[in-house]
Amino acid sequence: MTVPFYVAPEQLVRDKAEFARKGIARGRSIVAVEYAQGILLLAENPSRALQKISEVYDRVAFAGVGKYNEFETLRKAGIRQADLMGYLYSRADVTAMGLATGFSQTLGQIFSHEPKPFEVEILICEVGAGQADSRMFRITYDGTLHDQRDVAAIGGKSEALETAVRSRFREGMTRQEAIEAAIGGFREAEGRESEGWEAAVLDTSNGRRAFHRLKPEDLTAPS
Amino acid sequence: MRVPFDRVLPMDVPLPGSSFVELLASVGSSPRWEVPVGSVVNAPEGTTVLAVQFVDGVVMAGDRQATEGHLVAHRTIQKVFQADRHSAVAIAGTAGIAIEMVRLFQTELEHYEKIEGLRLSLEGKANFLARMVRGQLPMAMQGLVVVPLFAGYDEFEGRGRLFSFDVVGGRYEEIEFGSTGSGSRLAKSFLRTAWRPDLSRVEAVELTVQTLVAAATEDTATGGPDLRRGIFPNVLVIDRDGGVEVTDDELRPMAERALESIR
Repeated sequence: MTVPFYVAPEQLVRDKAEFARKGIARGRSIVAVEYAQGILLLAENPSRALQKISEVYDRVAFAGVGKYNEFETLRKAGIRQADLMGYLYSRADVTAMGLATGFSQTLGQIFSHEPKPFEVEILICEVGAGQADSRMFRITYDGTLHDQRDVAAIGGKSEALETAVRSRFREGMTRQEAIEAAIGGFREAEGRESEGWEAAVLDTSNGRRAFHRLKPEDLTAPS
Repeated sequence: MRVPFDRVLPMDVPLPGSSFVELLASVGSSPRWEVPVGSVVNAPEGTTVLAVQFVDGVVMAGDRQATEGHLVAHRTIQKVFQADRHSAVAIAGTAGIAIEMVRLFQTELEHYEKIEGLRLSLEGKANFLARMVRGQLPMAMQGLVVVPLFAGYDEFEGRGRLFSFDVVGGRYEEIEFGSTGSGSRLAKSFLRTAWRPDLSRVEAVELTVQTLVAAATEDTATGGPDLRRGIFPNVLVIDRDGGVEVTDDELRPMAERALESIR
């Protein structure tokens, strides 16, 4: 019988975290910015077919960076959870808080129980009736849940991106101003032009389903 | 019932994975009605619903009454529902089961759209609804019948289409118009003489109101417009831009004219 090598739990966690962080650092970033009527999600994404931003429920959106198949699995699981809750109870009972807790628990379990952690970072946004009721949660590979205000960023250059966009942020921006702030922040953080955008909004003016994808021309059009 | 929310997301699901109905079954929460064989259940029933094609799409309409035997169970029930942006479903038969079926159908369409990132084709939606009706056959054998009507704007073909169903889940594409429920024969014979291929939106809406008035005149279970109580049919117009509910303000003069002209 072979005795497995003893690895200290601290070492194990550190190795897994480093592995996950390396995977995420390779990914392009995504930023979410609140504006007067909703939340803008902007991702640098050269692909038109593979999407990183998605609708989850009436007022909730999902964005993921890292390994595509892993955040796609999480995205689908989130939609399943939301639709089950909404069908068995009521549409009003589906909240970003509840979903973010679910993502956090799931990622936490995968991180501690699976041999390979998920190399992903995700963002759950919910638009409320007013800017004060909006929610943004950032969830990292190990299930840590961060409650964000005004601006949230995930991905390789998330810290620089968040700082850059936050310096351009102010309360009650229009959608176009939010787009300009996000794109300007990207330019500053990355120090280069984007290879293609994927953008969506959660906007209270869209009716029950607040999620709406933006076309490339929506990003450049003057307000 | 197994509660699916142990705060960890449902990661493992049965294939194909894009169906909400399958997902609901996998967590043991599918809606179920168990009626002992041989017993009779009296539940409110919805009556007449109809749909007509017009130049830009389809108009779907239904009266507002539910009956229980000879009695009026509800005066303002809704029988015409928007299924998703470009389609609608109307129900006749046991109201409680039918409304649950609609809710499940609406969730299924939206679930598929979110998971797959695209909408089902209109035929795909109609086939799925047929499957749901077929699943109700054991209940239908015990008198709890649900027969929907499905209509929508086909984005591939660029026209309005409608489908009727039977109790075993047979799916039939109708051209020009379709109707189901207790007053459906009357509605269809009225439409057979009144329908024209060049109907505009307004003309088609007015035609559905007239048809419901005609059906209500002959069929006691169908509730016509009630001017005194301010109860008007549910009318939904679906064209390229999606479905829009017709307001009571627009329906009132049409209902007045129809009640005036039909003897």
